[in-house]
Amino acid sequence: MTTDIQMKQSQSQTQTAAETPSELEQMLADYPAGLDGYDEMWDADPAAVNPQWRRLMRDLQDLGGDELERRRTEARRLLRENGVTYNIYNDPKGQQRTWQLDPIPLLIKSADWAAISVGLKQRARVLDMVYRDLYGARRLIREGLLPPELIYAHQGFLRPCDQVPQENMPQLLLYAADLARGPDNRMWVIGDRTQAPSGAGYALETRMAMTRVMADEFRRTQVHRLSIFFRNLRATLASLLPNYEEEPRVVILTPGPRNETYFEHAYLASYLGYSLVQGDDLTVRDGKVWLKSLDGLKKVDIIVRRVDDNFCDPLELREDSHLGVPGLLQAARLGNVIIANPLGSSLLESPGIMPFLPAITKHWLGEEILLPSAATWWCGQKKEMDYVLEHLPDLVIKTIDRRMPSFFGPQLSTAQRAELKARITAMPYLFVGQELLSCSTAPSLREAAIVPRRVLLRAFVTAHQGDYDVMPGGLSRVAPDSDSLFISNQSGGLSKDTWILADKPVHQVSLWPSVRQMDNLVTGEGSLPSRSGENLFWVGRYAERAEGLLRLLRTVIGKLADYDDYRDEADMAVLTQLLITLTHFTSIYPGFTGEDAKELLANPREKILEMALDRNQRCSLISTLESFMQSAYNVRDLWSVDTWRLIDDIDENIQYLGGKADDFGLLQNELDSLIGTLMAIFGQNQESMPHDAGWYLLSMGRRIERCLQQIILLRTCLLQPSGDVVEHLMLESVLINQASLITHRRRYRALQHVYTVLDLLLLDSQYPRSLAYQIEQIGQLLAKLPPVQRNLPPHQLSREQRLILQASTEIKLAEVEKLGRISEDTGSRAQLAKLLDNVERRLAKASALLTQKYFSHTESARQLAPTRMDLSV
Amino acid sequence: MKFRVKHTTHYRYNSTVSLCFNEARMSPLNNTHQTCARNRFVIHPAPDSVHKRFDYFGNQVTAFDILQPHKELTVTVYSDVQVLDPSRQFLFSADCPWEHVRDSLRTTTQADLLPIREFALPSPLIPNLDEIRAFAEISFQPQRPVLEAAMDLMNRIHTEFTYDPNATTISTPLATVLEQKRGVCQDFAHLGIACLRSLGLAASYISGYLETLPPPGQKKLVGVDASHAWYGVHMLDDGWVAFDPTNNIMPTDQYITLAIGRDFADVTPLKGVIYGGDHHLLKVSVDVDRIEA
Repeated sequence: MTTDIQMKQSQSQTQTAAETPSELEQMLADYPAGLDGYDEMWDADPAAVNPQWRRLMRDLQDLGGDELERRRTEARRLLRENGVTYNIYNDPKGQQRTWQLDPIPLLIKSADWAAISVGLKQRARVLDMVYRDLYGARRLIREGLLPPELIYAHQGFLRPCDQVPQENMPQLLLYAADLARGPDNRMWVIGDRTQAPSGAGYALETRMAMTRVMADEFRRTQVHRLSIFFRNLRATLASLLPNYEEEPRVVILTPGPRNETYFEHAYLASYLGYSLVQGDDLTVRDGKVWLKSLDGLKKVDIIVRRVDDNFCDPLELREDSHLGVPGLLQAARLGNVIIANPLGSSLLESPGIMPFLPAITKHWLGEEILLPSAATWWCGQKKEMDYVLEHLPDLVIKTIDRRMPSFFGPQLSTAQRAELKARITAMPYLFVGQELLSCSTAPSLREAAIVPRRVLLRAFVTAHQGDYDVMPGGLSRVAPDSDSLFISNQSGGLSKDTWILADKPVHQVSLWPSVRQMDNLVTGEGSLPSRSGENLFWVGRYAERAEGLLRLLRTVIGKLADYDDYRDEADMAVLTQLLITLTHFTSIYPGFTGEDAKELLANPREKILEMALDRNQRCSLISTLESFMQSAYNVRDLWSVDTWRLIDDIDENIQYLGGKADDFGLLQNELDSLIGTLMAIFGQNQESMPHDAGWYLLSMGRRIERCLQQIILLRTCLLQPSGDVVEHLMLESVLINQASLITHRRRYRALQHVYTVLDLLLLDSQYPRSLAYQIEQIGQLLAKLPPVQRNLPPHQLSREQRLILQASTEIKLAEVEKLGRISEDTGSRAQLAKLLDNVERRLAKASALLTQKYFSHTESARQLAPTRMDLSV
Repeated sequence: MKFRVKHTTHYRYNSTVSLCFNEARMSPLNNTHQTCARNRFVIHPAPDSVHKRFDYFGNQVTAFDILQPHKELTVTVYSDVQVLDPSRQFLFSADCPWEHVRDSLRTTTQADLLPIREFALPSPLIPNLDEIRAFAEISFQPQRPVLEAAMDLMNRIHTEFTYDPNATTISTPLATVLEQKRGVCQDFAHLGIACLRSLGLAASYISGYLETLPPPGQKKLVGVDASHAWYGVHMLDDGWVAFDPTNNIMPTDQYITLAIGRDFADVTPLKGVIYGGDHHLLKVSVDVDRIEA
């Protein structure tokens, strides 16, 4: 790229201070004078860089290109560690892509922004009125301010939402506008986002990363804070139900982890302190909405939704939706729940409405519209259609309701143009032509050079105190190369922070209102949806299962090395039992069990690798880790940043290992690191998760899984007597595997016998790695879970509690000598076998009961078969 | 004419339905042609909540949920309806060339006429099809009076299509109906509407009941009546004019109107979301009894 200026290398950084002014002048002179049109740095006049930009550019100049690139990498790492991702549909390389950041912010002057804000507020007010009218009296249509076809033919005009708007309350609670600065220096609205505007969470994360990597630059510039916007949003939602004594319960409704902006849903839920729910977590009873939580149904007052209009209620809207809640619309109609934004609001996103907004604003507010929209011609009018057909190559053609993708005039072939013309002529009212706005450029970092790139700004607005409030900042997106006019995240765009410059120093505001009286504090944690509880339970189980597998693999590999070194048959005998245990753990049968195992045992490495790294095996190590990741991601909103960073490490390990499925040495190295990470996650949970229902379930999952694995290990390795030498080695391996060798030695000195090992690993209820300990813990956790049958008197035990008590008692009553005794009938340790079987059976049953009781096993909903009009006489 | 209507819908499921959410549009409209004096729902098992409202098109909706497990659902609706004889003197518009009706609608600025344009657009079950327009234009020759052309269209659907309950299901697309030339009243109503809209005229879907009379000398059997569907065409001053292509007549006072919409999807008599239930058996019976001439 010939126009780019290479910045000096960082080695020369030390001597820059004195030379800065001249070098800065040189750099500014080299910065190409914009592509076409307006550049944010130059303002209207390329001769005069405004002072804030000048200072920023000097700072950047001082840092140097390499340092800037390093900071970009650092920001990328931060974003990745915080899990800031954007899911790409149909991306073969897995679901998520890390948010890409340009470390050079977009600066906007205070006065500029004030004008933009006033315009955005006005637009939000008008759109709110349009929403009320179109789902109310429809005067806009009757009075000729909006043509009927523009509304009636729009797929987002949802007739069931008629009469849903509530009086005395803003309807458009959230609003976002995509802005671009035209060559004339004015900001133009090129798109309205009204149903579930996304991006505010990304803007916030971008800011957090920027204040880390550009901390000094940020401090030196007086920049407006973003948090006030979120505080106002919270305040608005809290104020919607003025007659409430308690704070209303707010949930964020997400389509789920597969949605492209799921990260943001989870992020906002944890940032704002709301429950993150999916459609299945909610139910409608008597026209009210309830959250299915671990401790019963909780009434929901406000839903911030990220599910599209049409998918929110399979009863009245799209019948094939599995993302919604049947009866939701009725609850909204009755005023029993407030939905932000209300259903049906996607209609306002129609680009066809844009050309009519100035007249509506004039007619209703008596004001001129302040922010112009990109010039748009709705083809439902003859003159406008003729214009569009004539100027097709210069316009972007959109449908009013996004039923088709946009067509960019300049990119169309003659044949495509003809086809599009035919489509427009057939149903002209579905199409608009829109001017291709050549938006302004701003300095952007590209391969250590500062170059101009086109930018788009998404601004965010929330209803606040009878009017609207604009986020002082926004999400700027940057075109990937100099030719690009269009910017979208789906094609892997780049974002940058937006710094709104303040006239005076800015203070940090707290998101939370100050508390005056202790009485007003709402206590009790946010109710945990049952589905989240279930995911936590499985996080615990998968993590423990993975840890057990890792430990066993490590023991196996160690033993394999012993055998390779000494070729001792006793080692082989132990190895065989360990490999059989591994087969049970991974359920990859016949594996090392059965008649044909001899050959495999002679050369077991390949099979071990399969058990560790084969993604097609549901219980291989790697699949178990992936299941763990999935469960953890499903409750993304519940993890602290530190915990998530650890979870993300595991993801990296998986990617790394998955790519080297045939490297035995590598596997060995990774085992220790993975065990360490898993232990760290457990430690984090123990220390930083509140010990409430969610944590109990997570711990329960762990304990149950650990019991089950331990039972398998003891059964496979210790039931059959194998002679003194082998048994000694076997006991040692079992102790090593259970990380108990040192404890055992300290306690029993030189003695190592099946009695001592069983005493430690099975019966010692004070020892955290013993079976007895796990069972005790499970019993205690069960007692802490919220009761489901509230009428059960406190002295009565639930069925699962009885089962655990039985198991615990049996262990307590067991005598180690009897357990170790070899039965004459079977030639094996019959008492031990019986005990292990009993505990396993009771545990499995208790686990099943628990699942049934606490986790919402929602049957899938379907449509009642409709009757047809049939005059069958 | 005064009627008492009993409309029973019965579902029997193979496995238990744990809960269901439903909407019924089974309350006869009140308008200038008919008055519904009584409309009573009997639902079994008893619903946990019932809400009534009027929908976007002015039809009365009864929404109800059942939260207890059940294997059968019965919805019986009793309605007493008085229907006036709709035969009338047509005004000026009915004799206008159909193009005039179309163009007046297209260019109108009248507040009460603008919303009618909604019914000239395609709707969820009635898409724009080229072959439909060709079929329609045979009746709608240039400059033909709109009423005459509309009657001719009704007549052609009646004579060229065969009534055959086995030829179509509730989800058969219109193109198939046109190709097979077979269907039931719902299909014929959709077809007529599609034709009229393809020309730029406004047409609506009407669901309701039709009184059937036994052959002379025989006693009327129980449960032989049925739900029925026909359509309306908007003719400016003359308002909505109804046509029944299944019987090739313009509806009389034997026609009871339940609901009006753009197509069947807007006025489905009973729809719902159920949890569980697997397979089901469905039985519908309708009795229309004349209680006063």
